[in-house]
Amino acid sequence: MTAVATALKATPTDTSLAIATHGLTRRFGQHVAVNGVDLAVPRGAVYGFLGPNGSGKTTTIRLLLGLMTPHAGTVELLGGAMPAAAGDVLSRVGTLVEGPAFHPYLTGNDNLRRLDAYDASTDPSTSAARIGSALERVGLSAAAKKTYRRYSLGMKQRLGLAAALLRPRDLLILDEPTNGLDPQGTREVRTLIRELAADGTTVLVSSHLLAEIEQVASHVGIMSAGKLLSQGQLDQVLGVAAALLRVETPDVERALDVLAQLGLRVENHTADHLLVAMGDRTPDVINAALVRADVAVRGLHVERPLLEDLFVKLTGEGFDVVR
Amino acid sequence: MSSAEMVAELRAPVPSMPPVRYHGVFVRQFVSETAIIFRRRRNIAILAVLGAVPIFIGVAVKISAPRGGEGPAFIGQITSNGLFLAFAALTLCLPVFLPVAVAVVAGDAVAGEANTGTLRYLLTVPVSRSRLLLVKTAGVIAFIIAAIGLVTVIGVVLGVSLFGTHGMTLLSGDTVSVSNGLLRSVGVAAYVFVDLLGLAGIALFFSTLTEVPVGAMAATVVLAIIFTVLDAVPQLSGIRGILLTHHWLDFAGLLRTQVNTSQLLHGMLLPLGYFAIFTAAAWSRITTADITS
Repeated sequence: MTAVATALKATPTDTSLAIATHGLTRRFGQHVAVNGVDLAVPRGAVYGFLGPNGSGKTTTIRLLLGLMTPHAGTVELLGGAMPAAAGDVLSRVGTLVEGPAFHPYLTGNDNLRRLDAYDASTDPSTSAARIGSALERVGLSAAAKKTYRRYSLGMKQRLGLAAALLRPRDLLILDEPTNGLDPQGTREVRTLIRELAADGTTVLVSSHLLAEIEQVASHVGIMSAGKLLSQGQLDQVLGVAAALLRVETPDVERALDVLAQLGLRVENHTADHLLVAMGDRTPDVINAALVRADVAVRGLHVERPLLEDLFVKLTGEGFDVVR
Repeated sequence: MSSAEMVAELRAPVPSMPPVRYHGVFVRQFVSETAIIFRRRRNIAILAVLGAVPIFIGVAVKISAPRGGEGPAFIGQITSNGLFLAFAALTLCLPVFLPVAVAVVAGDAVAGEANTGTLRYLLTVPVSRSRLLLVKTAGVIAFIIAAIGLVTVIGVVLGVSLFGTHGMTLLSGDTVSVSNGLLRSVGVAAYVFVDLLGLAGIALFFSTLTEVPVGAMAATVVLAIIFTVLDAVPQLSGIRGILLTHHWLDFAGLLRTQVNTSQLLHGMLLPLGYFAIFTAAAWSRITTADITS
């Protein structure tokens, strides 16, 4: 066995997860808000945490952070068992939970100073510099001396993000980070998440904006009615095998024969195109087979299922998907 | 570096190591807490009202001196001993102004943070819940000391400058030295502080029960009034010994030649007991509560 293989094998599997829950359950009276959730967020991932309103996302996040006690199940955050390890691990976790919250009559700057003063893991002599760079990173430097009550919703959201960035973090848990932001702000947050992820920070981001998540997430988890319906790498969850190939050709009849010989299922066809479930074949293989049989191929398009379609399929219609 | 080490480094970028802890964190937290208490306009207004009490009494007595023994406690003594202005002011503030001041600041301590939602962000900083309660309690104590100190200092300075000390005449008619008189003033302030500590404990507990600070404040004030009312009902004399407010004004004992120490200590024991029981209850509540705000 090589040294590399030994090293890989010696690493316990759990250290590869930034967040791991097992059978996490929380009730409110009769209502089961979080029901046996097994969350697995790999280190370095950008994990899109999706679900309709009231599906248990925020309760799950509160349980992760030790703000609430689960009725069953366990939470491991950065390898530490919560809530016992809160003092050790939470300083490495930046959070934005259910919207920003600050003292209205303090300035943005003073609000961050207050949070930093409470943090035993930060060096007070670097406080001003860290606050300054956090404010700059979220584009709030100009409003640092304004009282929080005079902030717009988007500025409040930015200050919340700045608080999460007051010190280097290994994990960011961001609940609806783009809520209230204008399109530029939304874009900036997306860029910010990409930058942080590129630095090795694990990001769990909950959102309703599926298009947003699709652009930044490497992994997704979909909650509905307190249950985690599906999770994993974005591609796997979407199901690459389920992708459809749109073949544009005038020889539809001949193409149908060729595809039947390949054992592929044709979902739909018209006079000038057909939709094929690719299965484990790739577009080039299918194209080569068609061309060999003298089928004139005008165009090929891979039509991947949208996250939104999957989301609606899993969680049902009847709620506002893209708010 | 061997390849194994490189892989180990890649695989485990964040070893589960307790983070660095800086010294003097409690001081930082306490300074931040007192800054937020003393910069708040509502609290500044409360202090201004309290500070005005000895000024009003002093000016009123200077303009029209009451005859000895007339009016509320100690007011008649002010003209013969300026220090009594401080005692008169404290006596006047003790039934309503000071309890309201304590109820507002202590009732707001935890409930106020829950109300603004800042509680969840403090706890995820992280600050342990016990530590948060400790810092909050320390902040409340600082405010009580400031409130009593303000009334006492203004009362002493104004009283002595307006009326002199005349050799420090006490309630018992004896005369003591100025330094002895000042020492007694400190004693009275300390006694009032202990009185209010009991109420602060109750307010802190209420503050952990609700996300509505005004609720905790009102409940504390109502409870203080209930204590006073019960204390005034002769038929209930049997339970007077456990009423928080029963011994509140016993600091008068400090103004007699022979100080009855055991009586004073007994009077302080009750508020201290209330403080201990209710801060313990507050701790039990805050360390187990779900933070849903």
